[in-house]
Amino acid sequence: MQIDWSHFTPWSALGGGILIGAAAALFLLLNGRVAGISGIVGGLLRPARADIGWRAAFLAGLVFAPALYSLWWRLPAPTIEAGWLLLLVAGVLVGAGTRYGSGCTSGHGVCGLSRLSPRSLAATLAFMGAGFATVFAVRHVIA
Amino acid sequence: MHALGAFAAGLIFGLGLIVSGMTDPSKVIGFLDLAGRWDPSLAFVMVGAIIVGMIGYAIARERAVAFLGGAMHFPAARQIDQRLILGGLVFGVGWGLAGFCPGPAIVSLGAGQDKAVVFVLAMLAGMALYEIAEYWLARRGRLRAESRP
Repeated sequence: MQIDWSHFTPWSALGGGILIGAAAALFLLLNGRVAGISGIVGGLLRPARADIGWRAAFLAGLVFAPALYSLWWRLPAPTIEAGWLLLLVAGVLVGAGTRYGSGCTSGHGVCGLSRLSPRSLAATLAFMGAGFATVFAVRHVIA
Repeated sequence: MHALGAFAAGLIFGLGLIVSGMTDPSKVIGFLDLAGRWDPSLAFVMVGAIIVGMIGYAIARERAVAFLGGAMHFPAARQIDQRLILGGLVFGVGWGLAGFCPGPAIVSLGAGQDKAVVFVLAMLAGMALYEIAEYWLARRGRLRAESRP
């Protein structure tokens, strides 16, 4: 294994992670809810919609974050390699998969592992394993 | 008040995703590319988030009501079943293909990334597809149960 020292950013990663954990803790303590983003979005699409207010408010916070960040700092410019068709396919898989598996990187990965939940650990291993395998296939087998 | 708490939590969550670099799909894919030049940053994000999250959970588990009122909604499911694993695998394939998971995609939408708009719309379609499938399967199950003698 070769570490990509030119892109590895341990301190900002840890700092950003602490903010994410603080947000999840705050949400659990203030609202009594788990900060699982796929679940928060998905709950708005249910036939019997409930709790529209706090769900929409949480998502508004996420959407508004770049504007707040850019008041003080320059927003980092992302590199999105995937083309339009691939983004469409990936989006559908992420949407359906997270709902079928009851969670994503935030709900299972951050919140679930914070609760030491074996169920969330199993889910995290499944999506990380599939992520590793997919990138391996795309970058080292197909390409 | 619940909406205000949710807005603040979403805002801080989003700032964390930006600061950590996780809104950049190439950084996420750099983590998932174990066989290439590996960027361990995502693991550091998870460690930071989980340590603080554990402290929050340790305080929360002792409480019966949330600070803003209302019950504590801890996830009740414990079972590790086919849904959980298959769902995780499908999500992981999509995650690896684009480098986006739901949180960073929604934050990037807020940053005005046109590719994130497409991804989020497709993600909503995938979630809607799940709801429709669940609805039909439940309906079919009900009809079958009713037709049983």
